[in-house]
Formats: sequence, structure tokens, C-alpha cells
Amino acid sequence: MSTKTKLLAIVAASVAASSLVAEEMTIVSWGGAYSKSQLRAYHEPYSEKSGVTIINDDSSAEAVAKLRAMNEAGNVTWDVVDVVAADAIRLCDEGLAMEIDADTQLAAAPDGTSASDDFGDLLVSDCFIPQIVYSTTFGYRTDLVGDTPPSNICDVFDLEAYPGKRSLEKRAINNMEWALLCDGVAKDDVYSVLETPEGQDQALAKLDTIKDSVVWWSAGADTPQLLADGEVIMGSTYNGRLFSVIEEQKQPVAMLWDAQVFDLDGWIIPTGLSEERKARALDYIMFATDTQRLADQAKYISYGPARKSSAPLVGKHADLGIDMAPHMPTDPENAKNTFLYNYEFWADYRDDIETKFQAWLAK
Amino acid sequence: MADLASEDAFVAFERVQKSYDGENLVVKDLNLSLPKGEFLTMLGPSGSGKTTCLMMLAGFETATHGEILLGGQSINNIPPHKRGIGMVFQNYALFPHMTVAENLSFPLEVRKIGKSDREAKVKRALDMVQMGEFGGRRPAQLSGGQQQRIALSRALVFEPELVLMDEPLGALDKQLREHMQFEITRLAHELGITTVYVTHDQTEALTMSDRVAVFDDGRIQQLAPPDQLYEEPENSFVAQFIGENNTLEGTVTSMAGNTCVVTLDDGEEIDAMPVNVSQVGERTKVSIRPERVEFNKDRLNADAHLVKATVKEFIYMGDVFRFRLSVAGNDDFIVKTRNAPDAVKLKPGETIDIGWLPQDCRALDA
Amino acid sequence: MSDETQSGPVLAADGTPLKQSLARSLRNQKMRALALIGPLLIFVLISFVIPIGSMLFRSVENGMVEQTIPLTVEALKDWDIDSGESPNEAVYQAFVEDMIVAIEAKKHTRLGTRLNYEQTGMSSLFRKSGRKIKRLDPQADAPFKDKLIDIDKKWGDAQTWAVIKTHSVKITNGYFLNAIDMQRTPEGAQAQPEDKRILITLFKRTLFMSLVITFSCIMLAYPVAWILANLPMRTANMLMILVLLPFWTSLLVRTSAWKVMLQQQGVINEVLVWLGIVADDARLVMINNQLGTIIAMTHILLPFMILPMYSVMQTIQPTYLRAAKSMGATNWTAFWRVYFPLSVPGIGAGSILVFILSIGYYITPEIVGGTKGVFISNRIAYHISSSLNWGLAAALGTILLAVVLILYWAYDKIVGIDNVKLG
Repeated sequence: MSTKTKLLAIVAASVAASSLVAEEMTIVSWGGAYSKSQLRAYHEPYSEKSGVTIINDDSSAEAVAKLRAMNEAGNVTWDVVDVVAADAIRLCDEGLAMEIDADTQLAAAPDGTSASDDFGDLLVSDCFIPQIVYSTTFGYRTDLVGDTPPSNICDVFDLEAYPGKRSLEKRAINNMEWALLCDGVAKDDVYSVLETPEGQDQALAKLDTIKDSVVWWSAGADTPQLLADGEVIMGSTYNGRLFSVIEEQKQPVAMLWDAQVFDLDGWIIPTGLSEERKARALDYIMFATDTQRLADQAKYISYGPARKSSAPLVGKHADLGIDMAPHMPTDPENAKNTFLYNYEFWADYRDDIETKFQAWLAK
Repeated sequence: MADLASEDAFVAFERVQKSYDGENLVVKDLNLSLPKGEFLTMLGPSGSGKTTCLMMLAGFETATHGEILLGGQSINNIPPHKRGIGMVFQNYALFPHMTVAENLSFPLEVRKIGKSDREAKVKRALDMVQMGEFGGRRPAQLSGGQQQRIALSRALVFEPELVLMDEPLGALDKQLREHMQFEITRLAHELGITTVYVTHDQTEALTMSDRVAVFDDGRIQQLAPPDQLYEEPENSFVAQFIGENNTLEGTVTSMAGNTCVVTLDDGEEIDAMPVNVSQVGERTKVSIRPERVEFNKDRLNADAHLVKATVKEFIYMGDVFRFRLSVAGNDDFIVKTRNAPDAVKLKPGETIDIGWLPQDCRALDA
Repeated sequence: MSDETQSGPVLAADGTPLKQSLARSLRNQKMRALALIGPLLIFVLISFVIPIGSMLFRSVENGMVEQTIPLTVEALKDWDIDSGESPNEAVYQAFVEDMIVAIEAKKHTRLGTRLNYEQTGMSSLFRKSGRKIKRLDPQADAPFKDKLIDIDKKWGDAQTWAVIKTHSVKITNGYFLNAIDMQRTPEGAQAQPEDKRILITLFKRTLFMSLVITFSCIMLAYPVAWILANLPMRTANMLMILVLLPFWTSLLVRTSAWKVMLQQQGVINEVLVWLGIVADDARLVMINNQLGTIIAMTHILLPFMILPMYSVMQTIQPTYLRAAKSMGATNWTAFWRVYFPLSVPGIGAGSILVFILSIGYYITPEIVGGTKGVFISNRIAYHISSSLNWGLAAALGTILLAVVLILYWAYDKIVGIDNVKLG
């Protein structure tokens, strides 16, 4: 083979390879059990239906920074990205996520309700298609908290009744709200108090009372591990993580649903995709966020589907065979006292309060 | 010079053995003693045990068995730094991070000698080796010969009574080496220090030493002054190892007092002096120095046994002529003769008779 | 032959000046050499010089405000920042014109995010106002001052415009001021309020802890390297594999393993309680604090100390120690006066490696450092991936780089950089 023909062969091969790439899409998510639930509920049926190969990338934790870097470099390699609502809002603000019109680009509910009505208030950003409602809440060791288990969020701040370590996330969000709530601030006033420097000081002062008994976590897996090891007697984390500690690992842990903070996780599509890739990404989103698919995901993980129409379809856990409804954060029994993550507030105050919070931590 | 009784000796090894692995002896039953002021060389091929002996004396190796005495005291259990022995190492071991003066000052500092005293002694030691100018330099800035002098003066600066030298001239070129040989012996004698010198270079051993201990296989093969060692080797190893030597193999066929007749393997008979043979019929290696072989017909003793030889090669070396002969099956029989006006120049291919005085031909162990 | 005595340039055999012909023959050589190092040069340029250069630039670059609202920035030049009153209609007119263009390009929210670093609330102000300003017509709907104040009363606040004006410069020192707990204000550089000061503390802590880690690495690595250097080659190579073994496991696994070891219900505490050395209710706190970070990082960085020490010690001839002892030095004196000074280049190289690595570490402090054991790099990571304040992250990184260079320079002055041997 002459050099020329070799070169031609290489060019031909790479052209063939790039046309193969056209049948692939990269979906970014959080990894672990969560990605597994998506794989079984969304990816596998979608691949079967469309023939598209799905590549998983567990980079959601750094999605915003990475998307910004990709965008600056002019080479976006991700097609669909799973992010929390707060990140979706920022991506939308930065022009890194494309706007999606729920009514024209998403599937309607089986009964004909439009997607925008079906998702309702949960469409917190023009670029964001919610997928699940999860909550950040507390779990406690049933064997380490005495005869009267904690039932109120303020038990977290009660070192006398519940001596021992508790784990809290190493950031201001949620902790500040809980602190104010337990310092006598009414639920409706929490954010207007937290807006003021005095309110911020008040929250930090309340946190100060338990600071020496806190183990601060930064990864969602930390609290379940700390609870399992008996390092802490109670701790905050995502409800799905606690579900697996309780139901799958059968640890002596129970949920304290009081004052759980609802948050949303869902899809965005990056800007800067080619028309072809954009069309495929939209096709995937249309499929993966329909009523049945969202209900299916709850078979694998205890997060509530974001569509109202999906709730009645939630059944039993695929492997454990237990009813999933009572484990959903949205279950009426669990949702007696809840918060919804205040996206507007934190978009504005996050930098400011976070800096104060970190300075307080370092003290 | 006979072995001294241990109590008179300054340094003595008594039945010393050394083994590293518990199976093989590196030093086998070593007995050696030397008086104060003697320059003794341990000579031998590598692996013969000479360096091990030196290290045992310095204290860096412990004797597996036996005792080492210094000034009548056993030093087996005295750590090296308390033995007060000066030492010069093969690669000098000058501390690279110190200047020459600091190097010399080091042994004085650890002896807690005062600063002014120290400076005076360092200066004197440097002057002694003509290196007075170099006190401020680093070892790396000196030539090999200069480093050697510094190493020597560092070993002497704290005025030890015993100095050990481990192949100190090995890294120098020939001319420098010869110069340093002279320098070292001069210093040793001037200062009256006792020296134990290790080398594998026999010329060095012969030119420098009062006595030479030839080591092989963990034993002293012969301990004697240089001339005796060269002229009267006690066994074929020493004969081979020291100087140039011709060896012929054969069997003792008759013995009479100070001479014997050896029948070489090709049937020729020669006269020899029995050294390591005691009875007729014993196998032997006879050793003759090249310069003691006579082939000038006028000088050959007609009564003695003569041997036929064929000239293979003639090498002109200036002051001497060197001939390679074939004698009794040995093609490497070397003969040397002085380049005198009447010297005979043999031609290759020539067949001649050669002979020697019986006392120059030593019948040694086979 | 007369050529050579000529006063003109020396000529080569073919008549060209010798210098020229020499240059030509050397040029070929140079070109070939350049071609050989070319790939490396390009690699270094792309992977090293350009990213670092762009990071350095990002720490002062601030073109966004002027690019997004150029007319407003121009109009604000006439506004007296100290007047305490909101600017006149011209500014509002310019602002609406700018915003309509920016909203079209979806750039106004980015500007809001940028300004929110300086003034809390800017992010939602721009996002919310954007939706309404979109519907305004720059000609038909003028004047705008009251309309904008209707949309959000913050537009009537002089403070809002002061922030925009203060941060409209193309090259700003704002990020660097933030990086040292100060801020850029209309009145010049001022200290941050006390409850927002954290970065200087973290810088100091990072330096202090890196020094402690370097020191404990020296203490642990020295004997190990010494043993390795004095063992026979075969054994030393075997043991060297053990030293390098940690490199074969992931950093995360090693760090998590320390968690299992050090936590209060962990292996060490369990053993101590079982032995009765520590009371069950007084278990040692060894993790989620500085101690945890020091222990875990010392372990992780130890090989970087052992390797250069080992390679230096290997070159120290054992005869130096023997020589020292033969001259009367005790074991300790021989070590301290002779062996130790000769091993200093290894300590120096190892220390520089470990110190520089630890100063930039963030995974391990994040996992085991709790609140008191985190480094400045954790803040850099936070600003890169969470707050997206890349300008501040770049400024922090630049300061860190400068600190390392200063320390390197100081090391050169005190110990001498030629006194460092990596092998």
C-alpha cells in the first residue's frame, strides 16, 4: 500500500468513525444508584426504541464549571446534562443551557394535560425540565438516640436531649434555614430574615451552639457512612441515600422528615450543539420525561416523579418489592412540614452568605 | 625477621577468623604481629582477605573468632572511633562538603582540641605534604594526587601511632603513584608511625615495605621482607604472585642435601633446591626467575643439568632483552638479560641450552 | 595566503565571508535541534504556558461590563459617584438600549452574575428586570428612569449604579483585592467586613500546614531512605516497590482508608479503647481537623520525600562514615557532621516537592480536613466549580503561584538551588 492510499484509508476510516459518533449521545449524571435508576428507566428503553448508543458521564457535580469551560473552548461534548435546579438556573443565566418550551417540546400527560400544567410550579427555569423531587432531610440512628426518637427538626439543635455528633452539609444552604426555624423565626419569615446581616448572624449564632458536635460533609455518601459507622447519631443527606441505608443495607436508621427541604433535579440541554445533536437531545428529553418514564424511575430509587400525572403510577421497588409511595418525600405523611429550596433567594445571596458561612466555619 | 612474641608486638592478630555468612571463612586462622614503627604491607589478589583484615583492625568488621591486640590490649570490643587509628581510604573519602582545612580539622575537633592548637596542627600537616596553600579549597577542586596528599595528612594530623592504608594509590597514574610511594614511606619513617598498607600491586609492596604479608585464600602465604619474598618464595603461589616467574612441572627423582633433581614431564632433568618437597616421587612445580636463567655458553656450568630450549620471540625493551622460549612444553618461559656490550641476541627459531644455579631454581608445592 | 592578512572579513574557500558561511552551517544544526524539541515546545506552550498565562490574565480581566452595557458605562462617566443620588435620564436611556441588545444575546444574566459577586442581589435584579425591559422600546417608551424604578426600586438606588461604575473598568484589581479579604469600592480598596474575611486565614493555614506536613515527611522519610540506601540493591529494590505501592491505588481510596482508621469508631480508637489506653467516652478526635489532614497528607506525599532522599543517600559512600569514625567521631558526630550535610540536597529536593504539592492539594483536605484542616485550594476549587467566580479563583491561584516562587527564591538564597538533587 502506498503512503497515499494509506492516508486515504485513514481518512475514510475516520469519516466512518464520525458517522458512527452520530449514533451516540453523551448523557451526564451523578453516578451511583441514581445513574443506575436512569439507565434502567430511561436509557435502556430509549436505546431500544431509537438505536442511539448512550454514553454515561458521571460529571454532574462539576457540570456548571465544565460546561462553561467547554463553551469557552467552543467544543461542547455533552448532549444532555442532569443538574439540580439551582445549577440549571445559573446555566440558563450564563447562556450555557438552551431554553425549552414545555408545551411544544415535551410530552403531554396521558389525559391530555399540557406538560407545563403537569409539571406546574416545578418548572423553575426556562431551560430546565424537572425529573424528580428529592429532599434533604435527616436520618438518625434508632439505637443511639434514647427512648424518644427525634421528631422535630429542632431536635438536631438540642444537645441535651440528643447528645452526640450530627452531620451537616458543609455549606450555608438549608443549614441557615433550619437554624432560623429553630431560633423562633416563623417559616414564612425565614428568607426575609436571612436577607439581612442580622438574620445571617442570628442563624450562625444558632449553629454556633452545636458547632463542636458537628461533622461537616461534602459528599452525599458521607452521612449514610457516618450513620452506619456510628460516627454520628443523626445527619442530613438526600432522602434516597437514607432509603438505601434503611431498606437495602438494613441499618438501624430512621427518617426525620420534619422540615425536609424539597429540591428538584432534572435535565438541561447545553447551548452550542449542532442541529442534529440538538434534535436528538430533544427527542431523548421528550421520551425520558413523559409520565410513564418518570413513574418508572421510582421503581429503582426513592425520589418522587416531577409530574403530577406520574404519582398514581408509582408502584413497588423493582428489587425489594416494597411499596415506594410511603418512601417518597412527597408522600403526605412525610410532607407535613416542608420547605422548597428558594432558588431566587439563593441565586442572589449564595456568594455572600456562603462566604460568611465559610468564614464562620474556619473560626 | 622472625615473628615476634605477641607481648612485644604493637599490633597482633591471634588466631583470627572471619566469616560473613557462617559457611565460608574469609580469613582463616590469621596470626600476625608487627613491632612499633614497622611498615607492613598486606598483598594479595582481590578476595584474599587482606582488606577484611585491615577492616577488622580498624574496627569496621568484627572478628568471628580470635583476638586483635593493639599495644598489648585486646581491641575486639573497642569501637572504631576509640581506637585512635589513622586511616587512608582507597577513594580518599575526603568530605566533599568541607574545605581541605575543615577536613583536617575534623579529627581534632572531635578530640576537642582548642582552636589555635587545631590551626597550628592543620597547618603543619598540610605543610608536611606540601599542600599548605590549599587549605581553603574544596576536595573537588583538587587533582587526584593532591586529594591523596590531603587524605594522607588528614590521617596523620591527629598523630596516631598506627596508620592503615587501603590501596591508597590505586586511582593514580603510574608516575604519580611512584612519587607517592616514596612520599608515604618517607613520612612513615620520619614520623616513626606503624603502618599497615593494603595493596594488590606487588611493585608497590616490594618498594615500600619493611615486610610483606602475601595473602591468598584467607591465609598468609608468606610473611617476609621484600628481598626474601622475591628471591626465596616459600610456595608456588608466592613465586607466581611476586614478580615474573617461570614454572616447570615435574617429579622429584633424587634428593641430596640442598639440591634435588626434578624430572620434567617431557623427561628432561634439572637441578633444583628442595623447598616444599621432602621425598623422592613427589610432584613439584619448580620456579626460576627470568633473570637467573643463564644461556651464555661461556658461563654455563657444564656439571649441572642443562635444558634444551627453542627461542620463540625476542623483545627489545631498552635496558633489558626479553626472550620467550619453549622449554619442556612450556611456551611462555621467559628469560631476561641485561643490555650489556657482550649480551647475546638470540634469534627466534634458534635452539639453545639453558641452565641455572640450583639455589635459584626452587622446587615448590605442586 | 594574502587573504588572511587582509583587513576585510576572513573569507571561506568559496569567497563568502567566513562568518556568513559559519552561520549557514550552524543554522542547519539549529533548525534540526529546533525540529527535535519542536513537539515538546508546542506541548509545553499549549498545556502549560497558555493556560497559566490565561489564568493570570483572568485574574485582572473585566471586559464584561463594558462589553455588555457600553453606552451605560460611557454615560456613567458624567455621573458623580459621591453625589449619593441616582444618575440622570441619559444613563437610564443608555442602559435600556444596552439591555435590549444584551437580552437579545442572553448576556444580561451573565452580567448580573458577575456583579452579584460584588453586590448581593444583582443577579436577580438583572434576571427579573430583563424580562420586563425586553418589552420596552428604546424610542417610543422614553423616558425610562421612572419606568425602571417601577420595575425594581433598586434602579433608583445610587448604590446599584455605583457598583456598576466601580466595576466597569476593563482591567480590575477587584479580584486580587477580594483574594486578600479586601474589596474594590468607589472610595478605593477597603477591608472586607470581619465576618467575610477568610482567605488570608486560609493562606496562612495552607502555608503553616504545608510546612508541618513537609517537616513530618522529612522525619518519617529520612530513616526509611537511609535504610533503603544501606540495604543490598536487591532488597532495596523490593522495599522500594512497597514505598511506591501507594501510587498504585487511587488517591480517594487511600484518603478514605484514613477515615476508616482515624474516625472515632475507627480502627485506631477501637484498639486504644480495647487496650484500655483511652476511655470509651473520651475517644481521640483524629479526623475532620488539622491532625487528620496532616496525617493523611504526610502519608500520601511521603514517597515524594523518600525518592529524592534515597537517590541522594545512595551516592553517599559508606567510607565517609568510616573515615569520620576512624578519625575519632562517635556514630552521632559522624552522622551529624558528615552524613547529614551530604544528604541535605535530598532533603531539599524532597521538601520542595512535598511543599509545593501540598500547598496545592485539595482532595485530601476536603475529605479529612473538616473545617479547620482545609486549604486555600479548597476555596479555589469552590470558586471554580461552585460559585463560578473564576476571576477570584484565578487571583487566588496567582497569589499561590507567587508565594511558591517567593519561597523558591528564598530557598535559593538560603540553601542554594544547586544544592538540590532529584536523583
